[in-house]
Amino acid sequence: MIKSPLKSKVDPRDGKLAMAHLYVAFIALLVGGLAGLLQVLVRSGKFQLPAGIGYYQILTVHGVVLGLVLTTFFIMGFQLSVVSKTAGTFTDKQRTVGWIGFWIMTIGTIAAAVMILLNKASVLYTFYAPLQAHFIFYLGLTLVVVGSWTVGAAIIMKYAEWRRANPGQQSPLLTFMALVNTLMWIVATIGVAATVLIQLLPWSLGWVDTVNVAVSRTLFWYFGHPLVYFWLLPAYMVWYAIIPKIIGGKIFSDSLARMSFILFLLFSIPVGFHHQLLEPGIDAAWKFLQVVLTFAVVIPSLMTAFSLFASFETFGRSKGAKGLFGWLKKLPWGDARFTVPFIGMVAFIPAGAGGIVNASHQMNQVIHNTIWVTGHFHLTVATAVVLTFFGAAFWLVPHLTGRKLTKKMNKLALIQGSLWAIGMTFMSGAMHAAGLLGAPRRSAFSDYGGSAQAAEWIPYQIAQAVGGSILFIAIILMLYIFINLAFFAPKGEQEFPVGEALHPEEKAPMVFENWKLWLGITVLLILFAYTIPFIDLIQNAPPGSKGFKLW
Amino acid sequence: MHVHKYEKIWLIFGITTLIVFLSVVGVSAFYAGNQPPSCLTVIDPEKVDTTAPFNEPGLKKVEGKDWDYELVFVAQAFAYTPGDVEVPLGAKVKVIATSKDVIHGFEVAGTNINMMVEPGYISEHITTFDKTGEYLILCNEYCGAGHHMMMSKIKVVE
Repeated sequence: MIKSPLKSKVDPRDGKLAMAHLYVAFIALLVGGLAGLLQVLVRSGKFQLPAGIGYYQILTVHGVVLGLVLTTFFIMGFQLSVVSKTAGTFTDKQRTVGWIGFWIMTIGTIAAAVMILLNKASVLYTFYAPLQAHFIFYLGLTLVVVGSWTVGAAIIMKYAEWRRANPGQQSPLLTFMALVNTLMWIVATIGVAATVLIQLLPWSLGWVDTVNVAVSRTLFWYFGHPLVYFWLLPAYMVWYAIIPKIIGGKIFSDSLARMSFILFLLFSIPVGFHHQLLEPGIDAAWKFLQVVLTFAVVIPSLMTAFSLFASFETFGRSKGAKGLFGWLKKLPWGDARFTVPFIGMVAFIPAGAGGIVNASHQMNQVIHNTIWVTGHFHLTVATAVVLTFFGAAFWLVPHLTGRKLTKKMNKLALIQGSLWAIGMTFMSGAMHAAGLLGAPRRSAFSDYGGSAQAAEWIPYQIAQAVGGSILFIAIILMLYIFINLAFFAPKGEQEFPVGEALHPEEKAPMVFENWKLWLGITVLLILFAYTIPFIDLIQNAPPGSKGFKLW
Repeated sequence: MHVHKYEKIWLIFGITTLIVFLSVVGVSAFYAGNQPPSCLTVIDPEKVDTTAPFNEPGLKKVEGKDWDYELVFVAQAFAYTPGDVEVPLGAKVKVIATSKDVIHGFEVAGTNINMMVEPGYISEHITTFDKTGEYLILCNEYCGAGHHMMMSKIKVVE
């Protein structure tokens, strides 16, 4: 007998665990957002950091705190919530595993943060060797990863329990999706764990003198690209399975949603070389192979786009919309839970187009390490993903804290989303434009010895400062809304929206739940894409590099 | 598993476009030779100053090769050697670079010359300078506190 958890609330004990993750995530938003504001101000050339704080220290804070901490904590909190909601309350044992994971991640975060603040680790969030940070920084990041595996274990245990209790049944869609993202994360983080544990930790402790730089970078990017899909897939969960319910419609196709997640599992990982296209140590043919695999994600992306808009259009037409685009008018634009993520979806269109440029074998050379790339991922993760997370927080936080999203907060949330759109249009637009002219990313203000070319970039940098300042206002507004929903909003019952399929009688094939098969193919693809070039990097390695502290 | 007719059309159109796109990229790479810099040559990063061609950085005319000049750069925190260089207009040049310490970038603003410079590896890119003017070379991979000061110049002269 299957209980219908869709009617019930998330158990308060699970809610507490999820909220713990969200508190850390939103503290990270404040710290990282402030760092971002300082960066755009410095790069405008009109402002200098006080008290001898270094630009690259601030930049490390921004990347680590927003790219790793905000995202990972939010995602873990969100996934715990959707699993608890759709597969049922966690057992005490599973919840304890979740709490252990949370504390490991939090301790790791604090350790890494202290080292960054002491200026012992201004190596940016990519920590490329042979720049060498304090070993506690690497240890802290390891704990964040190990903690995330532990939280992931709670999700896997819950899924396994559900399958045992419901033999032959397909798992609830959101639980299935959370599981795919967890499995993808575990496979991907093996790369970063390997470089940190085998290479960087012993080297930063002085146990070994040198490090193989190219191997370390390759292991990092084996993790670095699936990292972005790890951010994206929870946004897709909201788009596929939650937004349809918010607008009052249905999920267009449950099976295709599952299939697209499986394709993301397969094609997220064996693609890291498209971040390393300009590196001297990797053969061009292997780079091309991974470029082709990279573009395989176009297929699930097209499926997602179709499914979302089909769901919107079906809903609009059911409300009597006429004409080609009449259904657009029927969408609930006054509801921040829909509109804020929708802004994110729209941002994902230019973001995806820019991503095609980045991953293209040759065009990459035009934009590699220019601020174009920064502009790109501020559309993907910092708009599409983050606005979707905010949109989810508008109902998730009050649901978990037993409060309600008021009309006033909904209005503020709409303003917040609009400010974000305006600020990001300025900032990301100016970044893309300046990047095409050659302006580098990850660089403090510089006139490059009075270079005429560098002078052309400065107006764009001022535009970035304007956009970044607007974004910071939007962040403050978001934090105000979050605090209201967590502590001050009126008590009540906020709905946890879970979409239902348009054709619930159409069951997804059970092969989608065959994890031996999908993980097997994932591993085969990884071995295919990486084995030979990786052996090559080790066999034909140059003498290793000793560590440098150049900040 | 049921797939809607419009979705089939959408996916067939998308996948066809993707195949055409990747074919263009592949032909450009393997037939026209437009490959990203992938030199695959290694060097001892501690012996750069005594290893040819890096023992003599700068522009050098070469004979009997597909290019007219070799332009050799040594990158180290936070400078390139040479600090500026003149290149004759229309010259076909092989740019060769390596690093003595950490990872650096090597980007010539306003051109397609852009490559990672990693300790232990030699990076190369062949190009023709067909417009006069002063081009800024800058480091576009974070290398430390003076990263944004790391630069050089190429003057393309008649």
